Amino acid sequence: MVGTELQSRRVARAQSAGDTDGLALRDVRRVFVHGRTELVALDGLTLAARGGEVLAVVGPSGCGKSTLLELVCGLQRPDGGSVRSAPAVLMPQRDLLLPWLSAVENASLALRIAGRSRSAASTSASALFEELGLDGFQDARPHELSGGMRQRVAFVRTLLAGKPVLCLDEPFGALDAITRAEMQDWLAGALAREPRTVLLVTHDVEEAVLLADRVAILSPRPGRVLDVLATEIPRPRTRTDPAVVGLRERALRALADGARG
Amino acid sequence: MRARALALAPAALTVVLLLGAWEAYVQIAGVEEAVLPAPHAVASTLWSDRSLIAHNFAVTAEEVVLGLALALAGGLALAVTVHLLPWARRAVYPLLVGSQAVPVPVIGVLLVFWWGFGLLPKLAVIALICFFPVVVTTVDGLAAVDPEQRKLLRTLDASRWQAFRLGELPAALPAALSGTRIALAVGVIGAFIAETTTPTSGAYPGLGREILSDVNFQTSRAYAGTAVLFAFAIACFYALALVERRVAPWSIQRREEPR
Repeated sequence: MVGTELQSRRVARAQSAGDTDGLALRDVRRVFVHGRTELVALDGLTLAARGGEVLAVVGPSGCGKSTLLELVCGLQRPDGGSVRSAPAVLMPQRDLLLPWLSAVENASLALRIAGRSRSAASTSASALFEELGLDGFQDARPHELSGGMRQRVAFVRTLLAGKPVLCLDEPFGALDAITRAEMQDWLAGALAREPRTVLLVTHDVEEAVLLADRVAILSPRPGRVLDVLATEIPRPRTRTDPAVVGLRERALRALADGARG
Repeated sequence: MRARALALAPAALTVVLLLGAWEAYVQIAGVEEAVLPAPHAVASTLWSDRSLIAHNFAVTAEEVVLGLALALAGGLALAVTVHLLPWARRAVYPLLVGSQAVPVPVIGVLLVFWWGFGLLPKLAVIALICFFPVVVTTVDGLAAVDPEQRKLLRTLDASRWQAFRLGELPAALPAALSGTRIALAVGVIGAFIAETTTPTSGAYPGLGREILSDVNFQTSRAYAGTAVLFAFAIACFYALALVERRVAPWSIQRREEPR
């Protein structure tokens, strides 16, 4: 249901503007001013993703990854260069579920904002709840859910925003290793069934290699793209696949080289 | 049930100890009743004059409840206005602070001139005393919303109004309720101030007026009236805690979670 809705929106947009569902950042610069000190977060960053592509962005912490996502979502403006993107939704690092809403109300927040009735919004979310193993927890409050479940609810909320571009900021960073692996498998499956353009920011190189079509390596601050590795590994991928392991090593080496400067 | 009884035990024990010390002081030091009536004398007056005290209490309780409702409605409306319109904040916030320094008797006569000897001037005084904590806590609560939460609502295409209704307003509710609790605590003494500072035609009763007229000649009845106000304030406070449990259960769960 969500898929068809999205499809029709895609078609409508493609017809109207000849636009794609991709995104393009060209020579982007972003500076934060704190009193007298200037902090250059991004400088000369150029990056693009085609519609339906999963682009992972890895880099040392503090290299401006979250800033990059907020630029794409239109929450910040660049100080130089240009940012173009199809409508994008942000899934922040923390789940940020509203404690006064039930799980299903949180998940269907975007639909409520778009003016859909409470019951219609809940019905749309419930299908995804089943898929994500959240069935039966529709009416639970966020504090009653485990960290993994909260993150899944946040993910449903992101999907139901119905936007072609998903900006995921360390979506599984706060989870334990087992839950994280489960969520990665689930995300890979979900994207295979219902492709979206995904900008996945992570510090987990393995996660990037498992999920992405391409992996962009960012330099330490001020962040710019050092290298883009195409994964080209058939799906479904496994952690132990020699191609995955090899690419992970390459990416790690590129990160280490970048850190050395 | 047993756990609840046990939870009440410390408060009950404190009251018993204080009353015991008070009684002992009056007996041993031989304090006259006109200066400090002993607890047993207060209790017996409370019983013998119960219909008079109950009658006056009903008037005062009505004032407190209505005055507080007025303060809440006005305070919340003002807080929301000040939050949504930054220039309104600059325009009225200093005046709000100043309003708390106005000695009530100064305006008491004016209020009666406007609204007569009835209930209305009293409600106005109570509301004036009570609305301030509601405004301040609510404004702070609205401003303290997680900026990340605001960003999230924006990427979900929420309008300013939707972000307010879905995100900021519920987030500020626990703070507003804290303000209400403070307002309630000062509301009871506010009723006393209201009754004793707005001129009243002789017929208008109320526990505050009664206490004021009793304090010189019927000291034990003044104490009995005070005891009733004392208990009323406590009862209101805990009634509000029950309301909070219903309207903002998440804030209580958060407080009870060990973090």
